Amino acid sequence: MPEMSGTGEVRKLSYGEAVNAALHRLMEELPETLVYGEDVGEPGGVFGVTRGLRKQYGDRAFDTPISESAILGSAVGAAMMGRRPIVEIMWADFSLVALDQIVNQAANVRYVSNGRLAAPLTIRTQQGGAPGACAQHSQCLEALFLHVPGLRVCMPSTPQDAYDLLVTAVHSDDPVLVVENRMLYFGAKEEVRVGGAAGPMGGARVRRSGTDATVVTWGAITARVLEAAESLAGEGVDVEVLETPWLNPFDTEAVTAGAARTGRLAVVHEANVTGGFGAEVVARVTESGVPLSAPPLRVGTPDTRMPAAPVLAEALVPDAARIARELRALVRGAS
Amino acid sequence: MSERRLADLLAMWRIRAFEEKVRDLRAEGSIVGSVHLCIGQEAIPVGACDALEPEDALFATYRGHGWAIARGVPVTPLFAELMGRATGVNGGRGGSAYFTAADHGFHGENSIVGAGAPIACGAALAGRFDGSGRAAVTVFGDGAMNQGAVHEAMNFAAAFDLPVVFVCENNGYSELTPIADMVRSDRLAGRAAAYGMPGHRIDGNDAEAVRFHMRDALEVAREGGGPTLLECVTERIAGHYIGDAETYRRPGEMDRIRRREPITRLREGLLADGVPAAEIDAVETRARGEIDTAARTALAAPLADPATVKEHLYA
Ligand SMILES: Cc1ncc(C[n+]2csc(CCOP(=O)(O)OP(=O)(O)O)c2C)c(N)n1
Ligand SMILES: [Mg+2]
Repeated sequence: MPEMSGTGEVRKLSYGEAVNAALHRLMEELPETLVYGEDVGEPGGVFGVTRGLRKQYGDRAFDTPISESAILGSAVGAAMMGRRPIVEIMWADFSLVALDQIVNQAANVRYVSNGRLAAPLTIRTQQGGAPGACAQHSQCLEALFLHVPGLRVCMPSTPQDAYDLLVTAVHSDDPVLVVENRMLYFGAKEEVRVGGAAGPMGGARVRRSGTDATVVTWGAITARVLEAAESLAGEGVDVEVLETPWLNPFDTEAVTAGAARTGRLAVVHEANVTGGFGAEVVARVTESGVPLSAPPLRVGTPDTRMPAAPVLAEALVPDAARIARELRALVRGAS
Repeated sequence: MSERRLADLLAMWRIRAFEEKVRDLRAEGSIVGSVHLCIGQEAIPVGACDALEPEDALFATYRGHGWAIARGVPVTPLFAELMGRATGVNGGRGGSAYFTAADHGFHGENSIVGAGAPIACGAALAGRFDGSGRAAVTVFGDGAMNQGAVHEAMNFAAAFDLPVVFVCENNGYSELTPIADMVRSDRLAGRAAAYGMPGHRIDGNDAEAVRFHMRDALEVAREGGGPTLLECVTERIAGHYIGDAETYRRPGEMDRIRRREPITRLREGLLADGVPAAEIDAVETRARGEIDTAARTALAAPLADPATVKEHLYA
């Protein structure tokens, strides 16, 4: 029996199912929403995430040609006219063929019209590595979008956040990029509270409390950070894991407060290090003047292209063992 | 005449046997990750590559294993690439979607839809300055015809009379979506007129027809007549990728496809011309033997060395 309450209902959902549940809810409660993209209509999405929408909402959910500029540009135009499009870019890597519509167009609509126009569109995409994934299907591009003022960006890693962040994104009157992860879609089912009020943007999640260091992370790698943190706990190294699924707006205060408490800061992301958002997080904490007992640490993929061979890719993307090693050195001092 | 058709049959069997072997290796875990097979579409690379000169440039897509093989890239390093071996044609860096062998005039697959088309224009442009007389061929699917980069490339090549042949493999689907639902007119070759270049819709399951039109297009291109669009109508017998449940297929569709697929058709033609069945069947046996040996050799090679992973990022 689903548990009912004033703030919704609890259901057991995988990450992908949680996205699907949010889409169904949004189509139901916001008649101005549209859902479209490549293979999202009849087939229900290459990962099955948009299943059932076409059947239930007819023309409001549809397939498009392989035309990312037209998908994104039409979403900007429809949003200006009062629709609330939720468009899918199958892989974040494919957004690059249509970056203009995101960076020059969507992000500018409100500002250059002096606030008279808005572009309340949501771009759902997914990114990241997977075994055997190739160079153009495994990049982590969030930093590119975080450099763009006017565009909101979030990256859920749990079924609950996959649901909640999408609901918040679609209710927002600004363009929001929701970066999902295909490795998470088919993960374990968890209890997800659905149907509650749309929450505000922003905020951080304390996934593990600890006293020796504050580790900031986001996206699918959060699970590896938690694994590393648990293994370190067995050695008496006790780190706080702070997940920040909202990257714009970013909860700088929560991070700074954590760093002030523990005196050490690490940022772990799957994206490559140079120009990654980890650099921004370190800069903000440094600028805040919080005293740290060790230099801040960034852990990410080395600055290289992504190879297809699993043995090569595994040598690049940080795993729990490498994360633990680096965090141990941060806390204990390099040995 | 039947000699050339037997040669085509062997070339097509090499590709099919390779792809079927890839499917087996993927199922048993020796190959990991996303793989797009070209089973059913073999006649296009076989016919087209026969018309190419060594100096010509060829740009394919993720569904490009057949193009690499037809261009003469040895199959052992292709298998090794798929299995992440040090002996892979790209040392394991590329994988299924980026086979590249410039020394065989194979300038690479690509897994961004439509991305190869402008690059082919550049390869043709370079030929203007390097005295090679090179023509460039870019291969893409029906779905790619709706990608901005392909439109830009067609106009670019046409405006500058660049020696480019645009080969569209129209297999009726873009992933899980029928092309007919995504265009007003699915006679894709008709678009060529808008760019002021010739466009032909041809039988992509007939290697001879592809060879004929490709020769023609290349001749025009080399003489300064500019680009051509060849829409090669075909069907894929496999799913979009390995693991595709193919729920979008309509009743009877696969039976129809199997009847008109290129190997079955060529076999029937040869039989009708009196070529003994044993001679025809020997072609398949020979191809499968070569492929099995290559796969075994590749599998025995060492995995790519992680210590080298950062090599080849910069000069
Ligand atoms: C720019 C871009 N958008 C989307 C994709 C995802 N995608 C990969 S293959 C494909 C379908 C391509 O269809 P088509 O061009 O007909 O080629 P086919 O796969 O049928 O050979 C799509 C949508 C991609 N790789 N690149
Ligand atoms: Mg196609």
